[in-house]
Amino acid sequence: MGDRDENKQDAGRAGDAQIIPLNTDGRADGAPSARPVRRRGSRAQAGVPARRRAPARDQPAQGAPAGDPVDMGPPDADHPVPAQPGDGPDLAGGGDDTDGSDNPTGAAIGELEAALAGMLAFLRRRITGDYVIDEHGFDADLTEHLLAPLLRPVYRDYFRVETRGLENIPDTGGALVVANHSGTLPVDALMMAMAILDHHPAHRNLRMLAADLVFAVPFLAPFARKIGNTLACQPDAERLLRAGHLVGVWPEGFKGVGKPFRDRYTLQRFGRGGFVSAALRTGVPIIPCTVVGAEEIYPMIGNARSLARLLGLPYLPITPTFPWLGLLGLVPLPSKWFIEFGEPVPTDGYPPEAADDPMLVFELTDSIRETIQHTLYSLLMQRRSVFF
Amino acid sequence: MRPRRVLVTGVARPLGAQVAAALAADPDIEAVVGVDTVSPDTIDPDADLGRTRFVRADIRHPLIAKVISTTEIDTVLHLNVIATPLGAGGRTAMKETNVIGTMQLLAACQKARSVTKLVVKSTTSIYGSSPRDPALFTEDTEPRALPTAGYAKDAVEVEGYVRGFGRRRPDIAVTVLRFTNVLGPQVDSPLARYLDLPVVPTVLGFDPRIQLLHSEDALAVLMRATREDHAGTFNVAGEGVLLLSQAIRRAGRPGLPVPFPAIGALGGAARRLRLVDFSAEQLDLLAHGRAVDTTRLTTVFGYRPRYSTVETFDAFVRARELRFTVDRELVSRIENGLLGSLRNRCLVGPS
Repeated sequence: MGDRDENKQDAGRAGDAQIIPLNTDGRADGAPSARPVRRRGSRAQAGVPARRRAPARDQPAQGAPAGDPVDMGPPDADHPVPAQPGDGPDLAGGGDDTDGSDNPTGAAIGELEAALAGMLAFLRRRITGDYVIDEHGFDADLTEHLLAPLLRPVYRDYFRVETRGLENIPDTGGALVVANHSGTLPVDALMMAMAILDHHPAHRNLRMLAADLVFAVPFLAPFARKIGNTLACQPDAERLLRAGHLVGVWPEGFKGVGKPFRDRYTLQRFGRGGFVSAALRTGVPIIPCTVVGAEEIYPMIGNARSLARLLGLPYLPITPTFPWLGLLGLVPLPSKWFIEFGEPVPTDGYPPEAADDPMLVFELTDSIRETIQHTLYSLLMQRRSVFF
Repeated sequence: MRPRRVLVTGVARPLGAQVAAALAADPDIEAVVGVDTVSPDTIDPDADLGRTRFVRADIRHPLIAKVISTTEIDTVLHLNVIATPLGAGGRTAMKETNVIGTMQLLAACQKARSVTKLVVKSTTSIYGSSPRDPALFTEDTEPRALPTAGYAKDAVEVEGYVRGFGRRRPDIAVTVLRFTNVLGPQVDSPLARYLDLPVVPTVLGFDPRIQLLHSEDALAVLMRATREDHAGTFNVAGEGVLLLSQAIRRAGRPGLPVPFPAIGALGGAARRLRLVDFSAEQLDLLAHGRAVDTTRLTTVFGYRPRYSTVETFDAFVRARELRFTVDRELVSRIENGLLGSLRNRCLVGPS
C-alpha cells in the first residue's frame, strides 16, 4: 500500500515523472515475434533475454534528468509473491515453474526468490524510512520482518515451545495477558509474543508493558519501543487496551524475572494490582498465561548486589556460565518450554466504579495469581524433564 | 464573541506575521495591531501584513498597557514566547522577553476593561522528556521531570502566570495552545536547521519519537482560537509520530550517532558557530522523545490537523529541497537491479 501512495506522490511531485511498469520495457526491448521461441526454449535460453533486458531496464532511468523520479516497480517488490505471474512475458517461464507442481525445484526457486525479494523490499523500506510506527513507537515492519524471523528458530528449535490455549485469546479487541515472569532476562516475554504472532489465527502483535528502567538504557530503549513495549503505567495500558490492542503484562516485574534459582516457579507479589484496575476501567478480559521453562535458561545462583547498585540495575545475575564465560555465558540453556493461555476472566460485568474498589482489585489480582500458580504446578507435573 | 480589535504580539516572526495578515484580511475585524521590538520589514521585506497597524513596542515595558487601552483591544494573541536565544539576542534577553514580557502583557490585560479573550502560544516542551513518562502526554499529565532550563522553563513560567491571570480575571476566556515542533516551508526553527545539516548527529543508543505540526495547521488553529471561544489548554500536533532515525532516512541523510556526553559539547560548538541553535533542554528530547495526545484538540477544540506528522515532514523535505545524500530513487534502482539479476540467476542456475 505504502508503495502505491508513494507512486502517486512521486507522480504528483514532478509532472513529467515516468512510471515504467516492469513488463513494458521488456516489450520495448525484445522483438515480440521472438518471444514464443524463447518461452518454449529451455530455462537456460530464457535466461539470455532476461539478462539482455536488464541493462535496457536501467536505461530510461539513467537517461532521465537527475532528480526525475522514475518509479521502478516497488509495487511488485512489496508484494513479491502475487507479483510474479504478472511479471512480464519474459518471466513467464519462471511463473510456470512456480505453478507447475511437477517441478519441485522450480517451486523452491520461486519461494527463494520471493523470500529474497521480500528481504530486498524490507531493506529498501528501512533505508528510505518508508514504514509506519505507531504513537507508542511500535514498528510492526521491523518486528514482523526482522525480529520474528530471528526468534522463530529459537522458539521452534531451541526452546521447542509448546503453546496451548491460544483459542482463549480473542481475534480482535483489547485483552490483557497476565503472565509469570522469570529467566533473568525477559526472554519469556519475547516467546509469548512469538507464540501469539505465529500461532494465533489472527497473528496478533503482543504489546508489552515494561519497567521504566528499560527506557533509560541506551540501545535497549529504542529497541524495546520498536518491538512493542511501552511504559508500564496506567495511562499507557489503558490507551492500548481502549485502542483494542492485545497487551501483555508481567506484574511480578523485576522481583520475578530476577529471582534466585532456588525460588523457581514460586510467584512473587503481583505488584499493586494496577493491571486489574486498567482492565476494569477498559472492560477487557484478563487472560492468565503461564510460562514453564524460562526459569532454567539462566539459573541465577548469585546476585552481585553492590555492583548492581553501582550500575543502577535492580540485580546483576551470576549464573553457572555468566560472567565466567564472558559473552558466551549469555547463551541460554536449552530448556523445554510450555506456554499455556488460560480461560479469560471477563471484567465487563463490573460497574464502572469497580476500578476504584481496592478490595475487588485485590481479590481479582489474587485469583489470577492463584490460577497462574496452579497452572505452573500442573505444567511442571506434566514436564518429563527440564530439557526434554 | 466575535473579535473586533485584535492585538498580536511578536508580529515580526513568521507565525505572528501570518496570523496578523490573515486577521487583517478578514473584513469582520475592525483593527489589527501588531506589536514587536523590531519592524517586520527588517526580518522579512516581503511580509505583507495588510492593514495591520504596527506598533514598535517592547512588551517588557508598561507602554503596552497604553497601546491596549487606546486601541480598545478585545482579543490579545500572545505569540511572543521565543524559543531561540539567537533570535532574541541572547539567552538573558530571551528570558526577559518571555517571562517579564508576559507579565507586563498580562498586567496590561488585567487592567484593560475591553479585553475579553486571550490566546497564548505555548509549547509541548513544558512536559519535558524522560524515560519515566507515559508514551503520550495529555493536557493533564503531570510531567515527571519539569524542564529546568531554557525555553521550556520559560514556557512553564509563562503558563503559570497565565493560569494566575485566569484566576484573577475569570471573565476573560483564556486559550493556551501547546504547539509541538512546527515545521513548514518558511519556518526557521531549531529543528528545521538541525535536520538541514548534511550529517545529522543523534544520541548514540537512542531513537526518540518526534511529533510535528505543519505551519498551516498552526496558523489555522490560532485563527480558530481567535475567532471562536475555546477556553482551555490544548495540545496541538500532527497525527502520528516519526522516529528521528526514520525522519533522517526519509530526508535521505546519514545520521551520526554521538555518545550522550559528547553531543552536548557538539551542540555547544554548533551554537557558537551559529550552525544550529541547539540548547541543552533539547538534548533530552533527542534521547527520549516526546509525543502528545491531541484528542482534546479534535473533540473539544474541534480541529483536526490537515497534515499528519509524516506528511508535515515530507512536505518540509520537499519544500526545503534538502540535498539528498542517500537517494531514494537510487535505492529503488539498486533493489530492482538486484532483483533482476536474482531472477536471471534463478532461471539460469539449476539447469
